[in-house]
Amino acid sequence: MFEALTDKLQGTFEKLARKGRLTEDDVDEGLREVRIALLEADVNYKVVKDFVSRVRERALGAEVMRSLTPAQQVVNIVNEELIALLGKPSKMDLSGQPPHAVMLVGLQGSGKTTTAAKLALHLRKQGQRPLLVAADVRRPAAVEQLEILGKQMDLAVHGEGTSVPPPEICANALRRAKEAAYSVVIMDTQGRLHVDDQLMAELEQIKTRVSPAEILLVADAMTGQDAVTVAQEFHGRVGLTGLILTKMDGDARGGAALSMRSVTGVPIKFLGVGEKTGDLEDFHPDRLASRILGMGDVLTLIERAEEVFDHEHALKMEEKLRTATFTLEDFLDQLQQVKKMGPMSQVLDMIPGLSSLAAQIPQEITDQQLVKIEAMINSMTRAERQSPRIIGGSRKRRITRGSGTTVQELNQLLSQFRQIQKMMKQMSKGRIPDVLSMFR
Amino acid sequence: MFGRGKKIEQSLTRTRRSFFGRISKLLGQDELDNEVWQELEELLIQADVGVATTIDLVQTVRDQAQSQGLEKAALVEEAVRQELLGMLGPGSTRPTYTQNGLWVILVVGVNGSGKTTSIAKLARYHQQQGRNVLLAAADTFRAAAVEQLKIWGQRLGADVVAHQPGADPAAVVYDAIQAGQARGADTLIVDTAGRLHTKYNLMQELAKIYRVIKKQIPEAPQETLLVLDATMGQNALSQARTFKEAVDVNGIFLAKLDGTAKGGIVFAIAAELGIPIRYVGTGEGLDDAAEFDVQEFVAGLFEESSHPTA
Ligand SMILES: Nc1nc2c(ncn2[C@@H]2O[C@H](COP(=O)(O)OP(=O)(O)O)[C@@H](O)[C@H]2O)c(=O)[nH]1
Ligand SMILES: [Mg+2]
Repeated sequence: MFEALTDKLQGTFEKLARKGRLTEDDVDEGLREVRIALLEADVNYKVVKDFVSRVRERALGAEVMRSLTPAQQVVNIVNEELIALLGKPSKMDLSGQPPHAVMLVGLQGSGKTTTAAKLALHLRKQGQRPLLVAADVRRPAAVEQLEILGKQMDLAVHGEGTSVPPPEICANALRRAKEAAYSVVIMDTQGRLHVDDQLMAELEQIKTRVSPAEILLVADAMTGQDAVTVAQEFHGRVGLTGLILTKMDGDARGGAALSMRSVTGVPIKFLGVGEKTGDLEDFHPDRLASRILGMGDVLTLIERAEEVFDHEHALKMEEKLRTATFTLEDFLDQLQQVKKMGPMSQVLDMIPGLSSLAAQIPQEITDQQLVKIEAMINSMTRAERQSPRIIGGSRKRRITRGSGTTVQELNQLLSQFRQIQKMMKQMSKGRIPDVLSMFR
Repeated sequence: MFGRGKKIEQSLTRTRRSFFGRISKLLGQDELDNEVWQELEELLIQADVGVATTIDLVQTVRDQAQSQGLEKAALVEEAVRQELLGMLGPGSTRPTYTQNGLWVILVVGVNGSGKTTSIAKLARYHQQQGRNVLLAAADTFRAAAVEQLKIWGQRLGADVVAHQPGADPAAVVYDAIQAGQARGADTLIVDTAGRLHTKYNLMQELAKIYRVIKKQIPEAPQETLLVLDATMGQNALSQARTFKEAVDVNGIFLAKLDGTAKGGIVFAIAAELGIPIRYVGTGEGLDDAAEFDVQEFVAGLFEESSHPTA
């Protein structure tokens, strides 16, 4: 189910290639896989239809038909088109005269309140003076929620309880911001259904009162086919300036982003990746594209590792991943680092589709194992560590004698190492590795 | 049915008109051509039924149509209905609530799916049956989650057992069961913090809550409900799978069915995981909920089928 698209396409095209030349029908059969992959990722049916016909047009061009690697060609086109459709990352537009009003809007439960706090923190880091506005007077304790978050992070919150109408609260907050020199006013509006005419009208009123610099739709990454309707309605009523996709730390493929982006044309500005106030990330079209296609997210994995590994290490690891050069010395180093990084299961969470396997992974490599591995690697020559291929029978005997281990243990290490090398290669190609086999 | 069923009826009818009404119209056509099958596929996918489930379903019905020589589209309707019914299973019978002893409902789900609101609705439902309801505020993580539940408790006139923010949720649940038994409450509903099913530690925490309940009352929790947002797409299936593994979910509360989303993923959830859909949420108020009725739901899909012009 979570096979990468490349694999599926490879299979399809290999079957077809045996017939000799590819025909238009053959390409269509390949595109069927693309279509299914996108639908599985929750991209809207109609958006998929348009998308696939665009890809088809390009795929029927000479580049694919004559290629020796048609599957790879199609994947490239799909990837390019996806990245193009997802659009470039875009910053918040705070160019006018402060205070800048920012409205967060969206369905119930999409994550507006948490996002408001994250955004305030993010903007404060950039030197802004944010004021949060508790404009959700309907959901029980929504005002308290924002006030608590504000207190925790030492952010100012403007609240007027639950009996003042939200447009009034927002206008008052803006006035207060002018007087007290706040530079950004972030309005946490209540969740509403796009079909709720009365509540949608309320958003229009707020907009009229505060002339916002940004109106951001906060949407759940897990949203299904209806994402297009939601985005269209909100955009039609208030004119969105950007999208924020939340709960991206789960294993949803996030196809809704593509749907919403393609019906509104507004840029994706941020991704929410956790419940903590620091968990707001910039959007990278290439990463999201490979996630939607089910190809894992190597780059985010690296970034996550960066939090634990020191920076230089992370850069080195990235380089190794990309070039798939990796020595036994690195292996030892990695093992030690991975131990620091915590349970492998957390690392696996980063790879869509693998998180369910995470529970089956041993929680950590035992210390004892690590001591032996360390001893074996220390007994190797530099040349051996860098190209373990040269380790034959006599070298093995020397190493095991030097480290007080058995040939069997050394063989196991070498085979684990080969597995990892293979995995690195696959990851650098954007394929999901068979991580499970690594620690058997 | 909760809340005298008024709003629910309305919102379910809307569901039928927009989605199932279209199928009906389609299947009311005379000719069974390719377009009919394609449209059926499109309708199902757009309702979040999922591409694999949809392809299977359409194929099954197509094969049937062929082998049984069904020529008119209208005849296919019954086949589609039977397939969809089959996927939802027999439906769950309303549980027989314990007369003495505590009936415990554990409510779980991802962040923002509608747990706390749905709990308030369930509490109301139990109160309407003359049961004494106690609530446990075991979401000790999200800011003001306890206050949110307390406000509902006030509106319902139901007591809420709560600890300090950040407290161990399992300890809250332990106390709530003690309190429920001491006070002779009939129903205890446990609110838990939203969590993504991919977070291993948080799922472990939930499993611990489940064990704490079981340890005190072996037959509890009698209901473990997963609250799903009807707006969610295919990810809901993997949510259901993981939550079921952790806490043996035995019912779905499908919230937010008052929007334009159809919640079609429940077909796959019921068919693959055998979890029955128990309730639907159709708004933000205490009365905006209903028991999920399989027959009615699926029959509703085709209500307009015999009158394609209507
Ligand atoms: N329209 C609608 N909104 C709902 C429904 N159920 C819950 N909500 C809203 O969804 C939001 C999140 O609900 P909440 O109960 O706090 O979710 P929790 O985080 O899972 O506890 C709130 O704004 C609720 O009012 C429903 O059936 N329909
Ligand atoms: Mg809650």
